[in-house]
Amino acid sequence: MRYMMMTKNDPNNPITPPSPEMYAAMDKLIEEMSKAGVLLATGGLGPNPTQVISSGGKIIVTDGPFAEAKEAVVGFALVEAKSKEEAIEFSRRFWQVAGDGAGEIYEVFGG
Amino acid sequence: MATPYIHRTIDAVWRIESARLIASLTRIVHDVGLAEDLAQGALVAALEQWPQSGIPDKPGAWLMTTAKHHAIDQIRRNIRLERKTEELGRDLEIEQKLGVPELDVDSDEDMGDDLLRLIFIACHPVLSKEARVALTLRLLGGLTTDEIARAFLVPEPTIAQRIVRAKRTLSEAHVPFEVPVGNEREARLSSVLEVIYLIFNEGYSATSGDDWMRPALCEDALRLVRILAELVPNEVEVHGLVALMEIQASRLRARVGPSGEAIPLLEQNRGRWDQLLIQRGFAALLRADSVGVALGPYRLQAAIAACHAQARTPEATDWERIAALYDALVQLAPSPIVELNRAVAVSMAFGAAAGLEIVDTLTTEPSLKHYHLLPTVRADLLTKLGRFNEAGEEFKRAAALTRNTRERELLLERAAAVMKG
Repeated sequence: MRYMMMTKNDPNNPITPPSPEMYAAMDKLIEEMSKAGVLLATGGLGPNPTQVISSGGKIIVTDGPFAEAKEAVVGFALVEAKSKEEAIEFSRRFWQVAGDGAGEIYEVFGG
Repeated sequence: MATPYIHRTIDAVWRIESARLIASLTRIVHDVGLAEDLAQGALVAALEQWPQSGIPDKPGAWLMTTAKHHAIDQIRRNIRLERKTEELGRDLEIEQKLGVPELDVDSDEDMGDDLLRLIFIACHPVLSKEARVALTLRLLGGLTTDEIARAFLVPEPTIAQRIVRAKRTLSEAHVPFEVPVGNEREARLSSVLEVIYLIFNEGYSATSGDDWMRPALCEDALRLVRILAELVPNEVEVHGLVALMEIQASRLRARVGPSGEAIPLLEQNRGRWDQLLIQRGFAALLRADSVGVALGPYRLQAAIAACHAQARTPEATDWERIAALYDALVQLAPSPIVELNRAVAVSMAFGAAAGLEIVDTLTTEPSLKHYHLLPTVRADLLTKLGRFNEAGEEFKRAAALTRNTRERELLLERAAAVMKG
């Protein structure tokens, strides 16, 4: 089963820029999870999203940044896990490195 | 935390940590069976303690410490009983190793070596093929005997006994815990690859989907082969097998129809192929290229799979290349099934007559006597050549051989259609 893990930013508790040590630790974690055959894709998301709204056959495109966006997604990891609990375990390892923050885990259904 | 939830979490931790745990313990106690017992003991302790204490920050290290304590207790008990000095000496040496208090001292490299040794021991040729498969899933996949039994559709006690016997065999044969070198290495590695691919195919051939455990075998096998590729990054065939399995797995969603019927490759909806896995397969093939030029059977099969993955439509398939790859494969790993596949590729590349010529050499092959795809392929080629009556007879023969009801109906319909004209 695949799970999409997303990290969000919290405007009340802005993420401090990571230290070089944290970068190194994160690199190591990503490498470990790739080597363990579970991490399929990962990446960080830029701060200026483009909003697309489809309404009545029309497409409305608005460029960010959106000041009112409370919980923007800032990073994601797509993992292959045996169960939701295993995905949570991987997430725990991520947060042990990343420190305080919040995220969400979604099961990904095949099309 | 609610107990069922924490039990599922412990299951997840176990799946992630057990292989590394058993690998490290085997290095210390020199016996894979004992190492697994110790690891299981630590799991039992976790099931008892974690519901109260919560999950420790480093669950893997916790399990390792606990298992080592159990090992020390056991050795001390043994020492109190009077025993031969030579065994005593060995146990004292083990106790010394266990006494190392810092648990994170194992470098990643050591850890990787232990894991690799465990893979080699689980796939050791002293064991039967069935035993290798069961032991690999148990020791490296972290599956329970019940899960393995369900995946292979055999009773649980059969698997349990198979694993007990396998561990005893390894112990009695004094199989060393090592990574084979020299001449032995290639044969031992190909046994490992064979076991992983067997596991994959067991899941891949399950089209019924009554039980999620069978398709899950594909995931288990994929995870194992990806791990192996990182442990032995300089082996061409390992990357070949990664590529083959990633690309085959990319078709999992497309190869079964709504009522569970198998859909042949050329009739699959290519839009349902998993592009992420295809990309991973291609990346593995590139890695194989960068490691060496040797062409092994897995790399060749992966190259064939890649040809299909690359074609946006069935008509765009590069059949000449596929026929050439099958030529190479049949020389490297001759088998009637590969030859039959080659015949199909040749017929697509150079016409039905050329394909039929190869198929006709296989009709007396004893191992294909009950294989329904031989008359099916022959019937297809005869149809293309306008020999409709012969084609009809072959479709009927194929229908009599297949065990799949839906397929039988389909073949009989084709027989009737082609004979009508």
